[in-house]
Amino acid sequence: MSEALLSVRDLSVEFTTYGRTLPVLRGVNLDVPARSHVALVGESGSGKTVTMKSIMGLLHMPPASISSGTILYDGRDLLTMSRRERLKLTGTDMSMVFQDPMSSLNPVFTIADQMSTILKYADRRLGRSRSGRERMQRVLEVLAQVRMREPERVARSYPIMLSGGMRQRVLIAMALLSEPRLLIADEPGTALDVTTQAQILKLLKDLVEERGLALLMITHNLGVVRETSDYVYVMHKGVVVEEAKTADLFASPKVDYTRSLIDAVPRLTGARPTLPVEAAP
Amino acid sequence: MNARQSPLLEIVDLVKTFPVYNAFGSRAGEVTAVDHVSFSIRRGGVYGLAGESGSGKSTIARLIMGLLTPTGGDVLLSGNNITGTLGTRAHSRQVQMVFQNPGSSLNPRRTIGQSIAVPLEAHSHPRADRRRRISELLEMVQLPANFAERYPHELSGGQKQRVAIARALAVAPQLVVLDEPTSALDVSVQAKVIDLLTSLGRQLDLTYLFISHDLSLMRNFADEVGVLYRGRIVESGPTAKVFEHPEHDYTRLLIASVPVISAEEEALRPKIPLIDGEIPTAEKLLALRESQRTTEVPKRT
Repeated sequence: MSEALLSVRDLSVEFTTYGRTLPVLRGVNLDVPARSHVALVGESGSGKTVTMKSIMGLLHMPPASISSGTILYDGRDLLTMSRRERLKLTGTDMSMVFQDPMSSLNPVFTIADQMSTILKYADRRLGRSRSGRERMQRVLEVLAQVRMREPERVARSYPIMLSGGMRQRVLIAMALLSEPRLLIADEPGTALDVTTQAQILKLLKDLVEERGLALLMITHNLGVVRETSDYVYVMHKGVVVEEAKTADLFASPKVDYTRSLIDAVPRLTGARPTLPVEAAP
Repeated sequence: MNARQSPLLEIVDLVKTFPVYNAFGSRAGEVTAVDHVSFSIRRGGVYGLAGESGSGKSTIARLIMGLLTPTGGDVLLSGNNITGTLGTRAHSRQVQMVFQNPGSSLNPRRTIGQSIAVPLEAHSHPRADRRRRISELLEMVQLPANFAERYPHELSGGQKQRVAIARALAVAPQLVVLDEPTSALDVSVQAKVIDLLTSLGRQLDLTYLFISHDLSLMRNFADEVGVLYRGRIVESGPTAKVFEHPEHDYTRLLIASVPVISAEEEALRPKIPLIDGEIPTAEKLLALRESQRTTEVPKRT
């Protein structure tokens, strides 16, 4: 794949706890071209979250350490650039939609407070500045983009006054504040009811398409993969075991692990899932 | 009607209301969590209660377990009205529950063997036989007998849930209430736990009340379903019928919202009208239908 917006090459990460070193990622390669919709799918412990955290610079080091690899964003290596340079990108040009709408918001500040603070620091890192009024204007603009019917009222609200779905929308709005080109979504909507989740996924899909953003969707749910991505990477035990166009992956998985994962999903048609070949519960 | 087809559990007109208090601690009203719910489960059957958060599905489980006292209605087990004895020892010999999160439903300071022994002690299972019964139960859930000496933190999520199942089966109950038994597990582990529950159900002639928000799983596991919305069953029937021909708008919205992985499944999802370019919330969709209904009425008259 040529000139991807985000390109992870041979990334290896290990964790050291109690004097033991465990490899968590082993030579991960992954590309997200501009305006593309890519999914990274895996079960718990597969390394998908560590991959995401390495990209966003959110790994705690120690215990984690990156033993090899490069993460190129727009052709520049995030791992070798200065912290200052990196912070100009993370949270601004590449931003993150967090998973849990219940715990990702601060309960003692209004939505407007939290969003304008994010915007203020993003502006500062980029060497821009705007007045409080301009910031508020941008906050309302973004809240309207995530289809909040009454942006002013939402902005004045504390998180507890909003439903789970509304809070998830706020998290999406936060990610859009600095007009990113790449959106990394970590299981958005999994904490929500299925009808709310469907709304959030549709909203995310529409937004990404309308604004020509690249999307990296990190999830354990194959249904979400099929609904939101064109290209997919399957992770298992710290390795990308398979990558394919999403439609091809579901039509003809090449790797046994992927096949067993797909086969284990209960179907709406009532076809019984077949049990994974791998031993041990 | 032979014994196989007769219902094991019958829920008749069950009601549960909770008081609501204002900021000063005085009673401000009440909320109806379970609103005249009736259903029955045939012996050996799997009845699925589907619903989203706040629908009342867990409240119904708690009422059946005797963890809450019903405001009204009756619970019948094998034709006997047991409403008055819910929560007693006699009741817990017949009805057991597997909780959602095995991480928190097992006591971290007890070994697996000690956890499984609790119901045996409570029901005065002969002391000399307990060790044998514990190994037997572990074998039933396909865990090695030496797991009895281990602590919950040494086990994976799937293994812990197997222990919780073994504990529920310790007193050989007739009805097992499964409250989202696999929602904390990975999909491959989920498939195995569901498979285990199915084969145990057949072996031991168990009847299950299966509570879940995962409709694809419900389609696979339950043979009858009831769809709960705000404390009421809005639609119920044989699983295949409800999923293939959902009649109520809420059921249709629920099924349409499930993320699926094949074209065949997609074909089964009802089409839901978008409101303002968005998938509507249940309230909006039902309000829209209501307004369509009321605007249609004058035309007919």
